[in-house]
Amino acid sequence: MNEDSRRQERTPVLQMLVVGAVASALGIAAGLAINWFPEGAATQARPMDRVYDVLIWSSVPVFVLVSVIVLFSVWRYRIRPGEEGLDGPPVHGNTRLEVIWTAIPAIVLVALCSYAWVVLNDIEAAKPNEMRVNVTGQQFAWTYEYPQPGGDPVRSNELYLPEGQPVRFFVRALDVIHDFWVPAFRMKVDAVPGIVTKYRVTPNRRGTFPVVCAELCGLGHAVMRSTARVVSPAEFDAWLAERRAPAQGQAGGGDGEAAAAEPDGKTLFAEGNGAATACGACHKLADAGTTSTTGPDLDETLAGKDEDYIRTAIVAPDEQITPGFQAGIMPKNYDDTLSSDELDALVAYLGRVAGK
Amino acid sequence: MVAKFRGPGMYRAFLFAAYGVALSYAIIAIFRTWYSLDPVLDGRAVLELALFLSPLGFLVGLGVFSYWFYWATGKKTLPEDHSGHGAHSWRDYFRVNTDHKVIGIQYVVTSFFFFFVGGLFAMLMRAELAQPGQQFVDPNTYNGLFSVHASVLIFLFIIPIFAGLANYVLPLMIGAPDMAFPRLNALSFWMLPVAGVLMLMSFFAPGGSFASGWTAYAPLSVTAPEGQVFFTIGVQFAGASSIATALNFLVTIITMRAPGMSFFRMPLLVWANFSTSLLVVIATPFIAVSQFMVLFDRSLGFNFFDPTGRGDVLMYQHIFWFYSHPAVYIMMLPGFGIVSEILAVKSRKPIFGYRMMAFSLLAIVVLGFTVWAHHMFVSGMQDWIRIPMMITTAIIAVPTGIKIFSWLATMWRGVLHLDTPMLFALGFITMFTLGGISGVMLAIIPFDIYVSDTYFIVAHIHYVLYGGSVFTIFAGVYYWFPKMTGRMYDERLGKLHFWTTFITFNATFGPMHLIGTQGMPRRVVDYAQQWAGWNLAITLMSFLLGLSALVFAYNMIASWRGGPRADANPWRALTLEWQVSSPPPIFNFDAVPTVVGGPYEYGVPGAVHGVLKGAEVPTPAGATAHGSGAGAHASARDEE
Repeated sequence: MNEDSRRQERTPVLQMLVVGAVASALGIAAGLAINWFPEGAATQARPMDRVYDVLIWSSVPVFVLVSVIVLFSVWRYRIRPGEEGLDGPPVHGNTRLEVIWTAIPAIVLVALCSYAWVVLNDIEAAKPNEMRVNVTGQQFAWTYEYPQPGGDPVRSNELYLPEGQPVRFFVRALDVIHDFWVPAFRMKVDAVPGIVTKYRVTPNRRGTFPVVCAELCGLGHAVMRSTARVVSPAEFDAWLAERRAPAQGQAGGGDGEAAAAEPDGKTLFAEGNGAATACGACHKLADAGTTSTTGPDLDETLAGKDEDYIRTAIVAPDEQITPGFQAGIMPKNYDDTLSSDELDALVAYLGRVAGK
Repeated sequence: MVAKFRGPGMYRAFLFAAYGVALSYAIIAIFRTWYSLDPVLDGRAVLELALFLSPLGFLVGLGVFSYWFYWATGKKTLPEDHSGHGAHSWRDYFRVNTDHKVIGIQYVVTSFFFFFVGGLFAMLMRAELAQPGQQFVDPNTYNGLFSVHASVLIFLFIIPIFAGLANYVLPLMIGAPDMAFPRLNALSFWMLPVAGVLMLMSFFAPGGSFASGWTAYAPLSVTAPEGQVFFTIGVQFAGASSIATALNFLVTIITMRAPGMSFFRMPLLVWANFSTSLLVVIATPFIAVSQFMVLFDRSLGFNFFDPTGRGDVLMYQHIFWFYSHPAVYIMMLPGFGIVSEILAVKSRKPIFGYRMMAFSLLAIVVLGFTVWAHHMFVSGMQDWIRIPMMITTAIIAVPTGIKIFSWLATMWRGVLHLDTPMLFALGFITMFTLGGISGVMLAIIPFDIYVSDTYFIVAHIHYVLYGGSVFTIFAGVYYWFPKMTGRMYDERLGKLHFWTTFITFNATFGPMHLIGTQGMPRRVVDYAQQWAGWNLAITLMSFLLGLSALVFAYNMIASWRGGPRADANPWRALTLEWQVSSPPPIFNFDAVPTVVGGPYEYGVPGAVHGVLKGAEVPTPAGATAHGSGAGAHASARDEE
């Protein structure tokens, strides 16, 4: 084979077009068939998932184009025996071609951005009658607060939302940056110390969905998970009413002089003291009504244990690790963040109620 | 023995490093006594000061500052007879040397050392992730592993190895005898092992290594245990090294081109390093300052990032990404240059659209500074800035697309030599296209909101940095291996390396896109049961990917020791580095070459890039090197 025979070879453009079209069709079909996302549970999910479909449609042909040219070049133009001294044709460029491959991608990209802007406005649009939920992230748990008109807010370690009700989350962080994410709702935002970040979703499917911390927040980042429950409006109202009653009763007691002088173990457990993270954010305890599974279930692990054991477990949590849980996740600073009175009250409370 | 400790070298370097520690104790004791602080010797304070003073002592002891000290104090400086140039045994690579070819090899070998260390950390991480739950490492160690993995591979492998390859070949390519500032060049290199050792030593710090990711977001990094400062301070050394090298490249490229080497006759590798150096000089001070602010918050009680002290948490991310997004291009543009060299030579055709290739590099430099906040779409920053950042991020794909299409057109109808450098270049084009596509996807805000901080990001960054940067690094190392060592590598092992890497790379990082969109967050030591199958498969593939790198290591070491001797120009390339012997003579060229044509005129009958015989050059070498030759005028005209 020599230079002349190479020159006479026809460019395989038609074959490339056919192969490219078939490969693009297969790629797009596969891209659309794959189950990329968990099933959506908010009205935001469908437009956001459709963006991904559009991205598949527009990006598969780009990759196919590049790959087909690479593969055909390798196939048709690779060096053959006897061509060791041969050079290719000295083509330096082609202005028209260069204008085309600058302009077309630019147009496609601007079109994609415009579409994305429209979708963004759609999914972030304000809705009438939004319910406000305050979300607080701290190492390594989420707590939720439902403001009640004319009363104390209802607090919970579990996210309950009524189906069909537009919600606006007001997200805060107490220590480091976290990220409040319910994959089924699609939206997420960082919880940033010092500022309040927000986003909206309208849950539209009942069920339980994982809540995930998406921003590295320290040792327990991987276990900073909990559950969101989307329930019917009636169930939600019942849940809220049930939570409201004990919460208000407790708040009344907590405001009293006596309670301020003598720390209440149950309040400390459920709400912390401002400096110390609430135990209930991570631990399940029937008496305090907490249900988180981030840390061990205290009704099981503390049953029948004496106060010395409980005290050690609070101030030096890594000395005794419950099987199935990891060392180094529970904060080791309770000795500092709790006063000695508070620590005594907490230990006494846990010794009294755990496992009973 | 005493003499060994008195003269410059490793012995004195370690002695002076110990002096640095002692000095730290003394300074802290003096100041804390003065302020009546208790205890007088505070471990944290001593450690943080020692992390600056001990490395500085090491560098002084090694002798990188000796010339400047002598000159500044009026002492007799060492005579510059260039007797230290070149390396005669492996020991010479452990000394301060001002020869750009020695420094280039020091850079490349050091960087590959950190490549294997960083890769080993990745293997440990994958071992832990093979199953849900906790098996091998605790959460603190795991967070440390991924933080050090990223930091080492970014700051001690990808960024410096490009500087190392360019250090070796760039002066040769432009017909210069060395870099513009050889002593600064030596200092730049020696700051790297210092930075790397600091980062690795962090594992011995109380509380473990830095574990807040390579991004070191405040306030997590401000409240983290002492290991964090090993990153905070290590980055200062790596960053200073980058900046000094970039300045060196800029001055070398602007002032030391051979006569006739106008800007538009420069090989694209030179253009790429010119663009990269601009990015480094402008952007790197931002990461330096972000880490200093973390250090001041930690150690001196400043409140830059403490909201309770009126600090601003988001400010950290803006400063950090104002460096770290351009850093992605710092890690990519030199690879573009390498691939341009290889594709032209291995396709036996001129680069298609040479000027647009050069201009697109500059366009990326400019646009690269306008996209940083796309890392912050879910950070809680002001909403309006997202749309402009989305548009600039998408538009930066246009100059990148120009490059990819031009490479394809360069191959088209060429005579393709499908040897190892070319395979890696082709692997790069396809894999980088995938990384670029997922990059455009991530620019699209509604999609980015969902996949931020998931494994989709992990997949994207590895397609860009492994399938992109690392493939170009392999391509470049194979391509210039004959020039740098004077020996040929084993082509069969090279091809085996390519195919094993290409396949296992895709099998490792491809599925991460899927588990990311399914909702698996990144940077987690433990994950939900539903991803157990994929993670096990990814772990097994990643081990094979790790093994494939060993094929490369064996090939390089065995070929360097006993490979067949390489010709001066085994690839029949036109650029100047191939017109001298392999390895090149100590001063590169016997006489300054004259450049008479473009660098890629393959297929043009009788085309010549440079003329090596000194006959046509009227002025002596010293004068032309400073830009007063006829060619410099030609280049000045061209720039206008």
